[in-house]
Amino acid sequence: MQKDKDTNTSAVSTPTTRNRHRKRSNEADAEVSKANGDHLLVHDKNKYKSMLTRAYSSLWMIGGFALIIYMGHLYITAMVIVIQIFMARELFNLLRRAHEDRQLPGFRLLNWYFFFTAMLFVHGRILNQRLVNTVTLDKVLYQLVSSLVKYHMAICYSLYIAGFMWFILTLKKKMYKYQFGQYAWTHMILIVVFTQSSFTVANIFEGIFWFLLPASLIVINDIAAYIFGFFFGRTPLIKLSPKKTWEGFIGASVTTIISAFLLANLMGHSQWLTCPRKDLSTGWLHCDPGPLFKPESYALPGWIALFLPWKEISILPVQWHALCIGLFASIIAPFGGFFASGFKRAFKIKDFGDSIPGHGGITDRMDCQMVMAVFAYIYHQSFVVPQSFSVEMVLDQILMNLSIEEQQALYLRLGQMLAGKMVGQS
Amino acid sequence: MKDQYCSSPRTPRARQRRRSNEIPSEIIKLDGRDLLLVNDQLKYRSMWVRAYSSLWMLAGVSATIYLGHLYMCAMVVIVQIIMASELFNLLRIVHQDNRLPGFKLLNWHFFFTAMLYVYGRILRQQLVKTMTSDKFLYTLVSSLIKYQMAICYFLYIAGFVWFILSLKKKTYKYQFGQYAWTHMILIVVFTQSAFIVANIFEGIFWFLFPALLIAVNDVAAYFFGFFFGRTPLIKLSPKKTWEGFIGASVATMIASFTFASILGSFQWLTCPRKDLSTGWLQCDPDPLFMPQYYPLPILISYWFPWKVIAVLPVQWHALCLGLFASIIAPFGGFFASGFKRAFKIKDFGDSIPGHGGFTDRMDCQMVMAVFVYIYHQSFIVTEDYSVDMFLDQITRNLSFEEQQALYGKLGQILREGLFI
Repeated sequence: MQKDKDTNTSAVSTPTTRNRHRKRSNEADAEVSKANGDHLLVHDKNKYKSMLTRAYSSLWMIGGFALIIYMGHLYITAMVIVIQIFMARELFNLLRRAHEDRQLPGFRLLNWYFFFTAMLFVHGRILNQRLVNTVTLDKVLYQLVSSLVKYHMAICYSLYIAGFMWFILTLKKKMYKYQFGQYAWTHMILIVVFTQSSFTVANIFEGIFWFLLPASLIVINDIAAYIFGFFFGRTPLIKLSPKKTWEGFIGASVTTIISAFLLANLMGHSQWLTCPRKDLSTGWLHCDPGPLFKPESYALPGWIALFLPWKEISILPVQWHALCIGLFASIIAPFGGFFASGFKRAFKIKDFGDSIPGHGGITDRMDCQMVMAVFAYIYHQSFVVPQSFSVEMVLDQILMNLSIEEQQALYLRLGQMLAGKMVGQS
Repeated sequence: MKDQYCSSPRTPRARQRRRSNEIPSEIIKLDGRDLLLVNDQLKYRSMWVRAYSSLWMLAGVSATIYLGHLYMCAMVVIVQIIMASELFNLLRIVHQDNRLPGFKLLNWHFFFTAMLYVYGRILRQQLVKTMTSDKFLYTLVSSLIKYQMAICYFLYIAGFVWFILSLKKKTYKYQFGQYAWTHMILIVVFTQSAFIVANIFEGIFWFLFPALLIAVNDVAAYFFGFFFGRTPLIKLSPKKTWEGFIGASVATMIASFTFASILGSFQWLTCPRKDLSTGWLQCDPDPLFMPQYYPLPILISYWFPWKVIAVLPVQWHALCLGLFASIIAPFGGFFASGFKRAFKIKDFGDSIPGHGGFTDRMDCQMVMAVFVYIYHQSFIVTEDYSVDMFLDQITRNLSFEEQQALYGKLGQILREGLFI
């Protein structure tokens, strides 16, 4: 969900030197008449009109998004999946050539077959444990689901091999190069789309906070960059996107880091956002917040306390993590947008699609989000999870997830491991 | 490792740059019948060249197997590096590359990142167990493993940012194409080598046996095609025949049943390796490798001196592996052939005389290695997955004192549970 105004207006400015590819969005042609130097947003006369169109679509997107957050984890996951399907469709259509495709009936179906296999594999892995936890009541269903989960990898692999063989058997003379190109393109799309959506879903089930905070930071970064560029932008930032400026970039970075610190505090107090979800239910959620979300009080230094009425401030430990996330969102995440811009220039396309008025396609909105989602997941797994690991928590998980025999096996192996380590260290 | 399925047809292709030195007089005969190996005048000579290289490769692989798990991994890593450099060079356009200094380096940066990630994950447990003797090295390696994912991610992001900053006007399309090509190569090369290494540490049997089956399949298909081949099999590879295919399938199934019993009796091949040592290996034989005795039906035992037959349970699994090796694995070769036709190249490289490059030899092996790993994880490994996962989490995230505390508490709870 980003209002990537600068990236898109940069894509608009290039038509002066770019050809348009098939039917694309309906940006005013008047901008085409201004070539070179005059393309910074500060000088653009039509900027107010385009700003209103964008603002209107943005408000609708934010509204829909907020509603879904209110409804819960399962609905957010559904939203992610729907967005994923739209993105895949836009990208599949992008480098397709209608002429060749007519000679290959059923080839498009192959793309969607691989998409379905990838969906089964990726979301199956993430939701395995939660699915099992949901069906513990019904014995038959539990057996069925457990065996599906056990052979999950084998099932997905068989489906993939069937698709692979189908591809080879449909190779047609004189179309080899096109078909191999499409096959590679399909794989790249599926990897890009599914990596980020699987990490997004994993984050959601760890606690909506870990999905909402990074996404909001990207949105804030974009809006702030647009506004700073609107009023102060003079020095171009990078050749790939001529409408971006250093003033916009720096202003947005500062804004993002400050808002990361504040937003983390705001969101960290809500149990709905911070609690992990252990199964696929949709009701209300209560949990022990964990050490990250318990406020710690710091006494303000003497000279600040003179000016302000508060003597000490309470900071959630998670706010320090939020600063790191904010730093990444302002410095590295825009490279996702640069990548998409470069890609569009390389293949001479104006937008990935035209689903959203004023913004282009869904992929245009999601390009920075994708880089951020992957970072948020890896950051969470590497730095947040180990911190919140406690003996009690592991014990709870062991008692909840393992059967008696498995617990005894774990006990024995843990004993062996510890005995081995003690000998090694002595 | 002979190659009936896994090499490209020689005659009707255009040649690109410098390739192997096959004689062009074969081009004179162009109608369908003459393409089949049965009528090829020069087939005996090419067969000797291939046989010679194959024997050398066989000798090399046997020596490595004798030396052990760690040396086999080293061999896999070396083969992987050679394959990656063959494939990286394949679609490079020298003209464009001259204007982009440092672009080749980017490929190797991604290669190194992938290597760190993949081998770090697989060898995690083994590394930790090897380092228990030295305290300093242990803490260093443990913390590296703990943050392995983050380290590899940051290396990847650095490469990503480097790529974007090196985009040059007018070469955008070439650079994006190369970037996508790099990713595809790394995925293909590392998936299969990761699975091969994982298989090796489960027991050399799970690497040697499938590789042997593919080799047997190829050699048998070559010989059946040599003597009996008449009906072409698939348009992609005109030298393959149905007779070769079916003969090879039968030979592979029989070979899989017998080889499994031969290989399964060696402890060196069947024991899993828990750390990175290289010495001799002793272990409790898995129930999979303990012979079970079946009495022969009266009819057969009347004619033969044996009354019972010993079958290792692993031989039934071997039949499944053999079935896959004969029916599905050749599609890896078809894929490679189709790819070479699509991009009008004759071979992936020319490292091996008579066979082409390493990728030409490994194309069917790759498909097989992935299958064996997934088969092993799904049908052979016992339900210890959750326990392994928890142990992994515990070692990674809890300190030594916390682990001991957990051990004490868990023991207490289990003892209480027994009394209830």
